[in-house]
Amino acid sequence: MKLSFSKADEKFREEVAQWLNDNLVEEFAQLKFRGGPGDEHMFPDERKKWEAKLAEGGWIGIAWPKEYGGRGCSIEQQVIFNEEYARAGAPGRVGHIGEGLTGPTLIAFGSEAQKQRYLPGILSGNDLWCQGYSEPGAGSDLSNVRTKAVFDEAIGKWLITGQKVWTSLAHESDYIFVIARTESGTKGHKGLGFFLLNMDQPGIEVRGIKQLTGTSEFNEVFFDNAECDAQDIVGKPGEGWAVAMGLLGFERGVSTLGQQMQFQNELDEVIVAAKNNGTHKDPMIRQRIADAHIGLKIMRYNSLRMLSGNGDDGSLQKEALIYKLFWATWHRDLGELAMDVLGPEAEILSAAPYELSRMQALYLFVRSDTIYGGTNEIQRNIIAERGLGMPKDIRPTL
Amino acid sequence: MEFSFTDEQLMIRDTAQSFLSEVSTSSAIRNTMGTEHGFDDNVWQRLCTQMGWQATHIPEEYGGFGLGYVELVIMLEQMGQHLFCSPFFATVCLGANALLVAGTEAQKQHYLPQICNGSLTATLAYTGSSGKWDAHSVDAVVLAKDNEYVLNGVYRYVPDGHTTDVLIVAARNSDTSGQSGISLFVTDANAKGVTREYLPTMDQTKKQAHIVFDNVVVNEHALMGEYANAWPLLDKILNLATIATAAEQVGGSQQVLNMSVAYTKERVQFGRAIAGFQAVKHQAADMMLRTEVGRSAVYYAACVAQEFFDGGSLARELGEAASVAKSYCSDGYFKNAGDAIQLHGGVGFTWEYDVHLYFKRAKSSEMFLGNGAYHRERVAKMLLD
Repeated sequence: MKLSFSKADEKFREEVAQWLNDNLVEEFAQLKFRGGPGDEHMFPDERKKWEAKLAEGGWIGIAWPKEYGGRGCSIEQQVIFNEEYARAGAPGRVGHIGEGLTGPTLIAFGSEAQKQRYLPGILSGNDLWCQGYSEPGAGSDLSNVRTKAVFDEAIGKWLITGQKVWTSLAHESDYIFVIARTESGTKGHKGLGFFLLNMDQPGIEVRGIKQLTGTSEFNEVFFDNAECDAQDIVGKPGEGWAVAMGLLGFERGVSTLGQQMQFQNELDEVIVAAKNNGTHKDPMIRQRIADAHIGLKIMRYNSLRMLSGNGDDGSLQKEALIYKLFWATWHRDLGELAMDVLGPEAEILSAAPYELSRMQALYLFVRSDTIYGGTNEIQRNIIAERGLGMPKDIRPTL
Repeated sequence: MEFSFTDEQLMIRDTAQSFLSEVSTSSAIRNTMGTEHGFDDNVWQRLCTQMGWQATHIPEEYGGFGLGYVELVIMLEQMGQHLFCSPFFATVCLGANALLVAGTEAQKQHYLPQICNGSLTATLAYTGSSGKWDAHSVDAVVLAKDNEYVLNGVYRYVPDGHTTDVLIVAARNSDTSGQSGISLFVTDANAKGVTREYLPTMDQTKKQAHIVFDNVVVNEHALMGEYANAWPLLDKILNLATIATAAEQVGGSQQVLNMSVAYTKERVQFGRAIAGFQAVKHQAADMMLRTEVGRSAVYYAACVAQEFFDGGSLARELGEAASVAKSYCSDGYFKNAGDAIQLHGGVGFTWEYDVHLYFKRAKSSEMFLGNGAYHRERVAKMLLD
C-alpha cells in the first residue's frame, strides 16, 4: 500500500495542468466551472467546441487502448487527468457518454465495422452520444423496456418504436444507443437488442422535460419507426441485456475522481459563503461543514482503493458497490447544508422568473442524484444481494 | 500509487485472523473480561514470543521487525473484529509510539527491546478529570527541581494503567494552560508516590485505570522530548493512537455486520428468512457502507502514519487523516452496533449473545481519544478558523 505517484506520473500531471492552463482561455474562459450537474444546459455550443479542442490535444479517449486511437493511459494517469481537469475548472463534458460508455462498449462488444464507423467521431469530439435506457415503465426495473425493434426485410433496416425518458443531452446529441425488444412477447432480460441510431431522422422526436429546477437537462425521446441500419445492432438480437449490463460496468471508475473535484469546488463555495455571513462560527454548521469535508476526503480514498483493485481473494470489490449510494447521499446533504448556511438569503433568486444561483441549483438538482443511475433503494438491494449474499427480492415469475 | 494490500500484507491479515479466531473466542473473551487484570497472560506471552506482533512497527535496531503502520493497522483491525482483550493497544499504540516519537535514544534503547521481547508493557496517561482529549486535558503538574522533576496530579481513563509496567505521563508547569508548558516523562509504574486504581467499566473488554501521582520524583533521564514544550510530540502520539483506535473500530463494524447477516439469514419469520425483507436488507446495506467507507479512511490514515515515520510528504496530513478516520469510524461503529442489536431482535438484548459486547466496545472506543463531534471540530478549525 503506497499513496505517492511516480515521477513520470507527476510529470504527466504537469503536462495536463499546463495544457489546461494554456487552453482554457479566450472564448473558453467563460466555461470555467460551468456545465456541471444542474448547469448542464448552459453553453452547449461553446462546450461542443471545447470537445474539439480537447480532441486536438489528444485528451479524448485517454483510457482507450492505443489500437483504437486512445492514449492507453494507466489508471494513475487517468486519475491525474480527471483531477487536474476538475481542478482547473474545465467545463462539464458533453462528450462523456460517447467517450465513457459508447466507446468502451463498442471496443468490448462491437463489430469491426461499428468500431471503424463510430470511434473516430467520438475521439474527434465531433459526435455526441446519449443513452436510451429508461422508459416510463422501466425505471428501477430497467429490464421492463417496451420499446420495440422490428427488422424490416424490405428496406433491410431495424425499425424502432417506443419511448425513452430521462435522456441527458438528447437535444444536443448526434447519436443514441437504445435497448429495445427484438422478440415480441418476451419479458425481462430476454429478447432485447442494443441499437445505435442517428438522432437526425424523422422517426425521432426529442422533448425537454421541465424539471423542478425550471431547466431541462433531461428529455423524453419518442421513436416512431426510427431507422437503424442492419449492421448497427451491437451483439445479436436477443442478447442486448448482456451488452447493456457490460456498459453499466464502465460507468463507474476513474471519472469519479473528476466528479469529486467538482464536489470540492461546490464545498469550497459553501465554506466561503459561511465565512462571509458568519455562520462558520455556528457550532452546528461547523460540524456539518467538517462532516462534508470528511465525507469528501473519504470518497477520494474510497475511489483510490476502488481503482487500485484490491489484490484481495478475488471477492467483489465492496468499496465499488457502496460508492454510488455514498456519493449521492453525500451530495444531497451538501445541497441542504448550502441552504442552511445561506439562511433566509437561500430563498432569494438571482432574477425573475426563476433564475437560480449556483448553490440553489445545486440544492435542487441533487435531489436527482439519489434517483438516477440506480436509486438509493436499488443500490441498497444490490449491496445486500451482491455484497452480503442476502436473498433476492421475491418477484412475480416472468 | 498502489492503494491495496501487498501479498505479504494479506498474509499478515490472514495469520492475525486465524490466531485470534483461536485465542479470542466468545468464551475466552468472557473469561477475561470479568477479571480486573483484563487479559490472559499465557495468550499475551504467546502473542509476544511466538507471533511477535507487538514488535511489528518497531525498527530492527531496537529488536523489532521494522514493518510499517499499515501492517500494524491490519492487525488492529483484526483485534477489533475479535474483541481481543490484551495490553497490545496500550503497549504498542501508546507506549511504543510515544517512545518512538518522543523518546531519547537512551530511552528507546532501554525500553523498546523489552517491549519487543515481550517482557514489558506500557501505557500513556495524560487526561485528567476534565474528560477532555486535547492539550487542555493535561492538568497534572510538574515542578523542576535541580536535576529532578516532581510530579503531582490525577490521570483518568488510562488504558490498562493498573497493570502496565511503565507509564508515560504528561504534566504541565503550574502557571501554564493549553498547549504550552507541557512535558512528557517515562517512569516505572510502581514508582514511589504512584497509586493505581482499577476503574470498572461498562465495556469490560478494555480496561481503564485511575492513577494518582503524589510527589513522584523522577530524574532527568525520565524526560522525553523538550521540557515544557512537548505538546507537538504528544499531539503526534495521540494522532497515531487515534488512527489505531479507528482501525479497531472498523474491525468491530465488520464483525457486527457479519453477525447480523448470518443471524438474519437463519432467523425465519412469516415463513422466510428475515434477511429477504428489504427493511432488513437495507439496514445491512447501510452497515456495509459504513464499514467500507470507514475502512477506506483507516487505510489512508495508515499510509499517512507510515509516511510520518518515513518522513514522507503526506506526513503533514497526520492530524487531519486521524480525525477523518476517527470521526467516521466512531459514529459508524456505534450505528452499526446499535443496528446489530435491532436486527438480532430479542436475542440481541441478551447477555448470552455477543452483540452487546460490541455495542459496548463501540461506545467506549467512540469516547476514547475524542468522539466524532470532537474530531469534526478539529477538522472545522483547520477549515474555518
